[in-house]
Amino acid sequence: MRSDRNASAPLGLKVAAGLGLAFLHLPILLIFLYAFTTEEKSYQFPPPGYTLQWFAVAWNRPDVWEAMGLSVRVASISTAVALVLGTLCAAAVSRTKFFGRETVSLLVILPIALPGIITGIALRSAFSFAEIPFSFWTIVLGHATFCVVVVYNNAVARFRRISGSLIEASMDLGADSFQTFRYIILPNIGTALLAGGMLAFALSFDEVIVTTFTAGQQSTLPIWMLEELVRPRQRPVTNVVAMIVVLVTFLPILGAYYLTRDGDQVAGGGK
Amino acid sequence: MTAVLFQQVSRHFGAVRAVDSVDLAIAEGEFFAMLGPSGSGKTTCLRLMAGFEQPTGGHIEIFGETAEGVPPYRRNVNTVFQDYALFPHLSILENVAYGLMVKGVGKAERLKAAEEALAMVKLPGYGARRPGQLSGGQRQRVALARALVNRPRVLLLDEPLGALDLKLREQMQEELKSLQKSLGITFVFVTHDQGEALSMADRIAVFSDGKIQQLGTPEEVYKRPQTRFVADFVGSSNVLPPDFVEQLGFGKHYASLRPEAIGLGDGPGRKPFSGRVTAASFLGAANRVTVETNGARIAAMLPASVAVPAQGDMVTLSFLPQDLHTMDGAQ
Repeated sequence: MRSDRNASAPLGLKVAAGLGLAFLHLPILLIFLYAFTTEEKSYQFPPPGYTLQWFAVAWNRPDVWEAMGLSVRVASISTAVALVLGTLCAAAVSRTKFFGRETVSLLVILPIALPGIITGIALRSAFSFAEIPFSFWTIVLGHATFCVVVVYNNAVARFRRISGSLIEASMDLGADSFQTFRYIILPNIGTALLAGGMLAFALSFDEVIVTTFTAGQQSTLPIWMLEELVRPRQRPVTNVVAMIVVLVTFLPILGAYYLTRDGDQVAGGGK
Repeated sequence: MTAVLFQQVSRHFGAVRAVDSVDLAIAEGEFFAMLGPSGSGKTTCLRLMAGFEQPTGGHIEIFGETAEGVPPYRRNVNTVFQDYALFPHLSILENVAYGLMVKGVGKAERLKAAEEALAMVKLPGYGARRPGQLSGGQRQRVALARALVNRPRVLLLDEPLGALDLKLREQMQEELKSLQKSLGITFVFVTHDQGEALSMADRIAVFSDGKIQQLGTPEEVYKRPQTRFVADFVGSSNVLPPDFVEQLGFGKHYASLRPEAIGLGDGPGRKPFSGRVTAASFLGAANRVTVETNGARIAAMLPASVAVPAQGDMVTLSFLPQDLHTMDGAQ
């Protein structure tokens, strides 16, 4: 059974699809709307008035800056760790054959399939068992578990498209392993790594569950927001921060999408 | 001087003996062909020379230096790959200059050398294009230029003409041959096409099951195959069974007899035999006639000027005794 691609869908289906999409995205617009409200204690609709003052308030609150700084640092370092480990792992799995290769491949992907709460509890008990105090690095470690997967998935798909003879040709022409990586492999997997890195950054930046289990007294931006929602003081500040989080995570994901969409021409284009 | 020397070289993959105790010596400046069906070990031999494979046994020398354990990038040997393996993200000029770039040759100098190499393979002015914009034949020339720009002492070619159409293939055969003559570089090429090996090579090694069946000049391999495999694979020689050879008076051996060495009728100094025609086909310049005699099927290539006998006719055929070659053993 194959439906005709040009046939128009019935009106009812169109409306249902439109409502579904509206349900998904309208609440996000409401978040943006309440960043401009003059009412600071409750979410009154429609807002009694509009103001830009909350941007200034947010700008002047040190706790916002602290949480933001922590989130950026955690996301950057988790992404860096994921880029190195994910690429190495993808290279090993796609370029060589070894005993247990499929198992390794599955185990690497598993953390993203596992519920975050399981990963969080597991890491927390592992840290306390090993008597590792909670710190910046325990958050990074927690985030790296799923960031590696994203980079690995992007890299492994691209690696598989690089013909093995390209690497042999490079070696044959006098390039050692490092030069071959620098001049042949990296340009061919570059966009895949960039896309994987951006996704990893975005994932880490808005992560809550694993972070609650692996952070000590520190608050990343999403955790800070969660705490803010409980206190009815300067509520719109949270909405301002939410807007920033959406922008910071949305732009890299959009970028990653465009990079991998055109990626087909990069490798194997000579065939 | 010996360019490439194999002494009892083996390469086993688990239980598979891809290359099995091969001895061979390729002279400097030689155009050497390794001929065989797929899976015969010829490509593995080439990869052993390039350094992509390491032997499981035996000894390899390239210009007198031990090659075992030497990685591909430290060998003065370059390869033209079957799929050309051009770098898709680099321009044609950058592809050709790659070998010089990784060796640290200055930019102006290496681009000039790359331009010259492209001119040598008759692709001047193609440097700015990408591999994806070239035809198969052009890519092949780029692959050749990219290897030759490094001035290798041995050039390895893996089925270099396999992906080209017939006309282009014939043209490239001549060009490769004249290029090899003018550069004086040792060429080693792998092919499964016996016509290609016979027309281009100075010497041919015929491979089967990881072993060299015969090593010699094209004429020797073609006219005097030493084993039934060679007789069968190189051209379309008749392999005569021992009983029939004995009847003809050459002793009880397998023997090979080229179809074109057989003529219609008898003559002075010729060995006659008779048989019944089972098939006859017109091939343009000649007629191919198959005759059955005493349990042996023998193909004869008769010139088109001779009238073709009809199917079922009894005919007398003959050949000069020196054209029949007995083979050792019963292989």
